[in-house]
Amino acid sequence: MSLLDRNGVKAEIWSREAGATPRIVPFAELAEALSGNQPVGVEIANTVRLPELEPHFDRLALIAIIFPSFSDGRGFSIAKSLRNAGYRGTLRAVGPLIADQFAYALACGFDEVELPPDVASRQPVEIWLAAARAFRATYQTSHQTGGQSILEQRRAARGIQR
Amino acid sequence: MYRYDEFDEAFVRERVAQFAWQVKRRLDGSLTDDEFKPLRLKNGVYLQLHAYMLRIAIPYGTLSSRQLRQLALIGEKYDRGYGHFTTRQNLQFNWPKLRDIPEILGLLADVEMHAIQTSGNCIRNVTADQFAGVAADEIEDPRPVAELIRQWSTLHPEFDYLPRKFKIAVTGAPQDRAAIAAHDIGIGVVKNDAGAVGYRILVGGGLGRTPMIGKVVRDFLPKADLLAYLEAILRVYNLEGRRDNKYKARVKILVHEIGIDEFRARVEAEFAKLDGPTINADPEEVARIAAYFAPPAYEKLPPVSRAYEAMKAANPAFAAWAEINTFPHRQPGYAAVTISLKGIGEAPGDATSDQMCAVADLADQYSFSEIRVTHAQNLVLPNVKQADLFALWQKLGAAGIAEANVGLITDIISCPGLDYCALATARSIPIAQDLAKRFADLDQQRNIGPLNIKISGCINACGHHHVGHIGILGLEKRGAESYQITLGGDATENAAIGEIIGPGITAEEVPDAIERLVSVYLAERQAGETFIEAVRRLGLAPFKAAFTKEAADVAA
Amino acid sequence: MSAQKKTPLPAILLANALLDGDVVFRTASGWSRDPREALVAEDEATANRLLDEARAAFARNEVVDADLVDITRDEAGVPVPNHFRERFKVKGPSHRPDLGKQAEFGVR
Repeated sequence: MSLLDRNGVKAEIWSREAGATPRIVPFAELAEALSGNQPVGVEIANTVRLPELEPHFDRLALIAIIFPSFSDGRGFSIAKSLRNAGYRGTLRAVGPLIADQFAYALACGFDEVELPPDVASRQPVEIWLAAARAFRATYQTSHQTGGQSILEQRRAARGIQR
Repeated sequence: MYRYDEFDEAFVRERVAQFAWQVKRRLDGSLTDDEFKPLRLKNGVYLQLHAYMLRIAIPYGTLSSRQLRQLALIGEKYDRGYGHFTTRQNLQFNWPKLRDIPEILGLLADVEMHAIQTSGNCIRNVTADQFAGVAADEIEDPRPVAELIRQWSTLHPEFDYLPRKFKIAVTGAPQDRAAIAAHDIGIGVVKNDAGAVGYRILVGGGLGRTPMIGKVVRDFLPKADLLAYLEAILRVYNLEGRRDNKYKARVKILVHEIGIDEFRARVEAEFAKLDGPTINADPEEVARIAAYFAPPAYEKLPPVSRAYEAMKAANPAFAAWAEINTFPHRQPGYAAVTISLKGIGEAPGDATSDQMCAVADLADQYSFSEIRVTHAQNLVLPNVKQADLFALWQKLGAAGIAEANVGLITDIISCPGLDYCALATARSIPIAQDLAKRFADLDQQRNIGPLNIKISGCINACGHHHVGHIGILGLEKRGAESYQITLGGDATENAAIGEIIGPGITAEEVPDAIERLVSVYLAERQAGETFIEAVRRLGLAPFKAAFTKEAADVAA
Repeated sequence: MSAQKKTPLPAILLANALLDGDVVFRTASGWSRDPREALVAEDEATANRLLDEARAAFARNEVVDADLVDITRDEAGVPVPNHFRERFKVKGPSHRPDLGKQAEFGVR
């Protein structure tokens, strides 16, 4: 396993090989890739900021954000900023995340996680799926993946009482 | 006080199960030690010198008697019969076993408590004025907003892997008893010219290696916008805070390096983009939380109790304690009582399980079952009838916690230091004990008046030494413990960082050195002038001269 | 584990037990909570063996934070760390003689 989403292991359709289609290009090659007419995926360091990507949203089918280590949480804010700015394509977290961060990644707008082999072998997909379900509900209304936040559920409960 | 609903309850139970599972995965190898470490820290579990340490969150320093009794029981059953109250209003146990911690967390969940985010690079337990809701000078009770922040910051998906720890404090009164200027974010309740209540937001305060006083990022923030504004600040920090050097990773360094104006511009730009209603709690939720903090069923009493006045007149020791350890209450006939955990010769902030039980019983009897923890490492019974103070004082005396020294020179803040802490470079507790013994005489203490001594056992400054009127920092110098003395710090609304007044001294030299500084004050003070006021007026020179003379005497 | 830094000899190996947190000492045959039982490495080869055993014990999830600590033997032959930090670690909190190894094993 190296690629997974909220449903489990996911087949990789992208490649980083030159000439492959569809291809994830490094950020430095983005301009060149955008000049073609193929779907474009781009991989960015967590120092790349929104204004550098926003003009190309409708051409970018995938943005892969690199997590240099699991303790560097910049990628979470980049993903959330991209979603806040209206990006609707696929967001991928790339790097040695741990299963306990899966729910966070999804809540910040990531669709999928690409893991290095050693992390993937220590933390099989069942752990990731279980970790994503560790909490039935959380507090942040702005960071949800489908379900309702605790605040929204309270509001709903108040509505029933009324 | 706040009570968990079914959602809060389910949430902390799930957190306990999650931690038990994380421990299991650490043992079966699916989590490495490096991966497990931040997970245990975010559940308050440190590895100290002698054992693990568990830091339990006491949100905004508010406890019920039932909760305090449970802490006493945990201390008795899983620790060595005592706990340590910290400068962030939390409680630490010094000897728990990792194998027992999931069980301890379960016992905490039983009484609506947890250890979530009491450590790690995340938003820490929010702190507040210990007199919230009862202080006569309060604009608005800060507890509802502190609870709102607690919920919003708990397992925030975006802000759990920040560059460094992030501390938020709230005060509802102009007199700052929560040291908000020494926090990453300080929130003060204010009234604007139109009479509307809102928040003044400070950012970039903090102690540690590079002490900084917080700067105003927003003068007046409408109450409804708070969470969105916090989200904007945290996003800017998470993206732009330094991660190349852990000593430069706090938000204070970012604010310092780019300047408060540029920081404000970035926060305001982010805030302007946010969809506030999806972030802020709706008014009904705010009202739901606020309702838990409604005042208790006070009796209608005259402003001054005749029985109380008579007892004071008849018993000078009681009168002294009442004068020093009580705080004006906004409800006529009541007082807020500070219980000193600074018995002469005791470890500052330590309480035995027996003492915790005694305080819980007294809270039931005299204070609507409520207790507060202060950032100065004392406890508070917030709602005591004046007429009950004498009986309370007698019972505190029986429990060994009737020391009359709140705010005086022996009410010393001290971190655990090298007697427990793996990060410490020198001991702190024995320094505090020696100083308290030196200044034990109550008449002398009262003559000296308000004076805060704060001691840290390393540069991380858990003992807030930078903002002590007198600060003491324990360091290692040539293979031995050495203590650096600072003067002129202040943790209140007049926040200031103390300045070093001379070369490092040995532990044995500390009491004489401090006495020398106090002597300068006693000789030079004007009528009614406190120690810190005298330091501000006189400057450091006369104190430095006295300090250096002593150092020279010692050398000779 | 700081195998890189050269610890002066003689030295002992101390660590914290993973599940209990308690300070433990490497002996000739395993781990002991009693500092008097610590194996004293007088030579490089023994010190390296202790570090190898520490790495193995870490991998087996027995201990964390293992470290070689240079010591001097007292009159009774008991190893006493040379640095004050480790002396506290071996004894217990200095203001609470009723707690820690100073109480349990009479370490001075």
